[in-house]
Amino acid sequence: MKTAVVTFPGINRETDMMRALKLVTGKTPVNLWHTETELPRGLDLVVVPGGFSYGDYLRCGAIAARSPIMSAIRAKALEGLKVLGVCNGFQIITEAGLLPGALVRNASLHFVCREVQLRVENNRTFFTNRMKKGAVVSCPVAHGEGNYICDPKTLTALEAEGRVVFRYAAGTNPNGAMNDIAGIVNQAGNVIGMMPHPENMIEPLHGRMDCLPLFESLLAA
Amino acid sequence: MKAKVKVTLKNGVLDPQGKAIEGALGSLGFFGVEHVRQGKYFEIDLAEKDPAKAREQVRAMCDKLIANTVIENYDIELG
Repeated sequence: MKTAVVTFPGINRETDMMRALKLVTGKTPVNLWHTETELPRGLDLVVVPGGFSYGDYLRCGAIAARSPIMSAIRAKALEGLKVLGVCNGFQIITEAGLLPGALVRNASLHFVCREVQLRVENNRTFFTNRMKKGAVVSCPVAHGEGNYICDPKTLTALEAEGRVVFRYAAGTNPNGAMNDIAGIVNQAGNVIGMMPHPENMIEPLHGRMDCLPLFESLLAA
Repeated sequence: MKAKVKVTLKNGVLDPQGKAIEGALGSLGFFGVEHVRQGKYFEIDLAEKDPAKAREQVRAMCDKLIANTVIENYDIELG
């Protein structure tokens, strides 16, 4: 399986994500720079990792979403390329229009850096197929703008179509997101965005390995 | 030509920063503040001289980058 991780100025989780992908695929992912206009041939998955692209200027993810590499990713995503956006990556792909809604300032106004409990609501996606539906895993979050919002019609559709992939378990919503939404998938099923950082809960040194099955799901997809 | 653009959150979109300002004003003794919404303001200098064309340009800029129309409204003033 061939994977790639995108780096924008201000991104800081690309190394963690590349390490996670290498752990399950056995191959070092291609590291793509934001100015590139084409994706490598035969790519199965591109990950937009976390960080603070462009210092979160204007709106988090807004400037990165308009970069050359995102045009290439958008075009390929429409053809079915799998895309995973984590944290700032979720904000970027949402700003790029690959997922509906928006991520705004945490309701508490605080940057939240801690572990949350994440419930797998949909285990038929390329990132959750090794999980049981309803399974709850520990996963770290680290963000100031993870408060997912969308219009009521979109929210109804997301829920009705099972497109909420991850939800913060009761009492652990760190940001005020609607319906405790932590991650969603697009209608076609090939684009997933999530605020928590599963790449930081997969090795013994992370303390727990709860999120390893998420990455292992990539192999089956 | 100068364009002045105001970007505001749509009604119904939670504005925790506005809420914090509202609270801070109250604690400073400014009573009677019923509601605060925070927005953004941009000044853009344009080479374009024709107001209609300038407005069209700025509208495209807003739709493409300056505002996220999922959550924000924008207002353009030329001067």
